[in-house]
Amino acid sequence: MNSEKIFKYLLVSSGVLMVLIALGIVATLFVGSIPSFKEFGFGFLFSTEWDPTEGRETYGALPFIIGTLLTSILALIITFPFAFSISLFLGEYFKDGALPSFLRSVVDLLAGIPSVVYGLWGFYALKPLVAELGLNAQGFGIFTSSVILAIMIIPYASSLGAEVISMVPGSLKEAAYSLGATRFEVVRNVIVPNAGSGIFAGYILALGRAIGETMAVTMLIGNSNNMPTGIFDLGNTMASLIANQFGEAEGLKYTALIEIGLILFVITGIVNYIGKLIMKKLSA
Amino acid sequence: MKKLQLLFTAVIAVALMASCGNTGKDKTASNKKAKTITGAGATFPQPFYNKIFKSYTKEKGLLVTYGGIGSGGGIRSLKDKIVDFGASDAFLNDKKLADMPAEVLHVPTCLGAVVAAYNLPGKPELKFTPELMEGVFMGKIKKWNDAKIAAVNPGVKLPDMEITVVYRSDGSGTTFIFSDYMSKVSTEWKEKIGAGKALKWPVGIGAKGNPGVAGTISQTEGAIGYIGSEYAFAMGIPVASIQNKAGNFILPSVESVSASAKGEMPADTRVSLTNTDAADGYPISSFTWLILYKEQNYNDRSADQAAQTIKLIEWVVSPEAQKETTKVHYAPLPEAAVAKAKAVLGKVTYNGKALK
Repeated sequence: MNSEKIFKYLLVSSGVLMVLIALGIVATLFVGSIPSFKEFGFGFLFSTEWDPTEGRETYGALPFIIGTLLTSILALIITFPFAFSISLFLGEYFKDGALPSFLRSVVDLLAGIPSVVYGLWGFYALKPLVAELGLNAQGFGIFTSSVILAIMIIPYASSLGAEVISMVPGSLKEAAYSLGATRFEVVRNVIVPNAGSGIFAGYILALGRAIGETMAVTMLIGNSNNMPTGIFDLGNTMASLIANQFGEAEGLKYTALIEIGLILFVITGIVNYIGKLIMKKLSA
Repeated sequence: MKKLQLLFTAVIAVALMASCGNTGKDKTASNKKAKTITGAGATFPQPFYNKIFKSYTKEKGLLVTYGGIGSGGGIRSLKDKIVDFGASDAFLNDKKLADMPAEVLHVPTCLGAVVAAYNLPGKPELKFTPELMEGVFMGKIKKWNDAKIAAVNPGVKLPDMEITVVYRSDGSGTTFIFSDYMSKVSTEWKEKIGAGKALKWPVGIGAKGNPGVAGTISQTEGAIGYIGSEYAFAMGIPVASIQNKAGNFILPSVESVSASAKGEMPADTRVSLTNTDAADGYPISSFTWLILYKEQNYNDRSADQAAQTIKLIEWVVSPEAQKETTKVHYAPLPEAAVAKAKAVLGKVTYNGKALK
């Protein structure tokens, strides 16, 4: 066998291995959650009861599904104006030079900070601030977690956007300028329509990251297993619940947590799929 | 390229040889010498275990590793037969014992207290009756200057501040001890919340682990929560004295925790100490246990491995190790409990034959 062939086989086998691992994860989650599904059925998705007390164990995922969606979507909304400005700044207004490259490194650095460090900063700096502003009594809750998540996902939302904005063909922009368009009009009518799908892809990536984030959220959300009543209330997310409760879980609770993991997996899959659909529509 | 290939082959060859060497050793497992003793479980007594296992390793030259993965994790690890012993703050009830693949023994190792720790401006010393505990932790008393708190604490300046309850968001033996106590003193608690390692809390903030709860309390004015005493003392957080069954307000201390263990102990050592009858006993005290299989020949363990495990646990209940308990704010086992623990260890067998 020549090295050409070996290389090809290596590529194919590692590709196949990835698919097998992904399928394996789905299979184990699925098998693990069967006992819980048998006990609660589809009601698991809509029940707000999470009562682990022996003798009257009931588990429902709704507070955690809501908590996860609420924190991550709120984070995306908060992050949008910042991420979009950074994308435009780096992709269109100031492509080269010392300041943009500095800004780019700082944004990349945000992506490299471990999430537990974000959690720590949130706990000691952001939480007291939220309490001081009187948004809620202790500073913990869904809103605080969303702010931390928003900061964490800025790099994901902005770097892809900057990339595609800088790739908008110069001829298009020049044509618009020659027709007398202002810079803002160029951004609105040429750049955004052209780079839209790429910018959007960045936000989907960021949303996916926010949905799965665990440690920073656990440290700030208050870990209350009751249904949240608003964005300043305490809550819990699926990822945070699993991280918290898995160590001691046995029996029914163990499989209920695996089912939560499966739901998380499915939700992430759906978000990515919707993202792909919208991207297709935008680029068509 | 040639050189790379050569290197690659060499690496594989070495790896193969190493793995063959291992399987060769495994065949003689039943009479191999013990190299490490592995345990896992509760985090509540972990400061104590870390301390004594380290000195055991130093003195006897036998490596003891302990993983603080939680009581439930400890029980599961023992069930999966991947550890020499597990550790739990809650003894296995009859149903859980029946779920285990073989007979499991409990050996108590020390006594600990769960304290009600709080963060109030000026660090006042507070007293709590069981009724106050129920009111605060069930969210019925919402403000620190509530008349019910003031009635029990005359002369203490109580601020007009919201009470923030802090509890364990992860399943925990500490939660079990606390809720076991609450269920004994409050029928409403027993009906609505109950006793367990994880609960359905009506109010409050969840934080992860004893350190997490301690940190959240010390960072949040007006907070109150329950933690293993070691964690409160280490961080200098004030703790409440709690009225016991005899009507006395008792602060958690080595003496008051020891006093709570004065009562009778069954032969299998499974006993709850909360809401003790002892007049000078702290009411939220508990033993913490190591758990192990009665028949030690499982999963290809060698006779030496079994003997070394028993030797280690015997040492844990010996005076030499017990005197370390107070240094990390636990209480040593009373003599009666040590005798019971030794009797339990005497039942351990290897291939059906007594080990001692």
